[in-house]
Amino acid sequence: MERQKRDGKIYRHRLPTRVWHWVSAVTIFVMLGSGLMILNAHPHLYWGQYGANYDHPWISFSRFPGWATIPSTYNLALARRWHLTFALLLAFGLLLFMLVSLINRHFQRDLRIRAHEVAPRHLWHDMKQHLAFRFHDPANPGAFNILQKLSYAAVIFVLLPVLIGTGLTMSPGIDAAWPWLLDLFGGRQSARSIHFIAAALIVLFIIVHLTLVILAGPIREVRAMITGWWKIPEGEDA
Amino acid sequence: MSRLFTRRGVTTGLIAGAGGLLSGCDALGRNETFRKILYSGDDANRTLQRLVSDRNALAREYAAPEMSPRFRTNGTRNPNTDAYNALAANDFADWRLNIGGLVERPLNIGIDRLRSLPARTQITRHDCVEGWSAIGKWTGPRLSMLLDAARLKPEARYIVFHCADRYRGGTVPYYESIDLIDAFHPQTILAWAMNDAPLSVGHGAPVRLRVERQLGYKHAKYVMGIEAVASLAGIGGGKGGLWEDIAGYDWYAGI
Repeated sequence: MERQKRDGKIYRHRLPTRVWHWVSAVTIFVMLGSGLMILNAHPHLYWGQYGANYDHPWISFSRFPGWATIPSTYNLALARRWHLTFALLLAFGLLLFMLVSLINRHFQRDLRIRAHEVAPRHLWHDMKQHLAFRFHDPANPGAFNILQKLSYAAVIFVLLPVLIGTGLTMSPGIDAAWPWLLDLFGGRQSARSIHFIAAALIVLFIIVHLTLVILAGPIREVRAMITGWWKIPEGEDA
Repeated sequence: MSRLFTRRGVTTGLIAGAGGLLSGCDALGRNETFRKILYSGDDANRTLQRLVSDRNALAREYAAPEMSPRFRTNGTRNPNTDAYNALAANDFADWRLNIGGLVERPLNIGIDRLRSLPARTQITRHDCVEGWSAIGKWTGPRLSMLLDAARLKPEARYIVFHCADRYRGGTVPYYESIDLIDAFHPQTILAWAMNDAPLSVGHGAPVRLRVERQLGYKHAKYVMGIEAVASLAGIGGGKGGLWEDIAGYDWYAGI
């Protein structure tokens, strides 16, 4: 499918993609802040089915500071209200985005990873291009490069589903309904640990993502994610 | 709201900008309308969970080697009221459980009678709202057996547990409530033994509720009375439990 082009701009992000992007930006921000506050109630993580004060955590934190938590002062009840309400938006938002992106072929067209792209030589080439701050294939500037595809696919198809699955495993009600979740993640406390690790990887993704947006031209990139139209950088031809 | 966002964002850079958004979240959390939206997640999550769960779906039961080596206590470790201390001094021989409210036949039974009833023993995981879990073995009669004996009136919708421990300087008694789906669930028991020994004071002697598909604060300790009601509005602060009233915890703690 050909992309629409007009006055040196490409129609790069369709409406469902843009809506999901911004809804997720807000939702993930809330989930990270409220999640850290919930972790403050018992800042120790364990492996296995059980884990409490007399057991051995694999990692312990001192309390996360108020600038990183929602709400900013200790309130487990309110943090849970934020987390468990926005969790619905995150989970059903992702589900809807996945369905729409299969139907409008966003996944097949923009995120499909082809065998030649993951060949070591191609990955190495792409890495070097990144280090030289060249993020677009001049021959096809609207397409995602392979590192982009891999990181977006990791977030959409691995990290977010793992966060949702491990989140559900922490619910005693869901564990009764779907006990296989406990087997899949190795117990409630393992699920809690995996939930934290996946959230930390999301933070890493956000840092890299924002850094690359700034390097690639923040106005052009943010405008594209709002209007859908992405201005082709000078010297690159569509 | 937006003025707050921009002012903070401009003055204090990226990290503090996130902090500004977060304090915006604090302001939102105090806003009455937004709070209603946040709190609606409780009902939504309960409805969704009930939609995907069989009403008798069982919480996982574990094997003896999977039990926590040591099961921590939490909340009240000892009610320490004169009335409770008197009961404890006598090994709860004088404790009476009153089952009343919207029932045809109110019951009043002692600890020996309760211990002589057919009991269920289950090794289950106790999940605290704080995040930790401990696995222990619980023994006691099914709540449904007692409710059947007392015969609920048709208008009964909730079962309330009145407890001996008090909060806020001894002024507010602990209480909790569950709906009839959880009250009649096969694993909902009045536990008088834990790990093959009589329930200790730290864990809720002489009797605590086990409602295995919900978080720890629903598992009322030091149970003194059980009341069937049509509505939770008239009890305590009206939100169905002490922590729900004073701290804003969700009434449905299946998540």
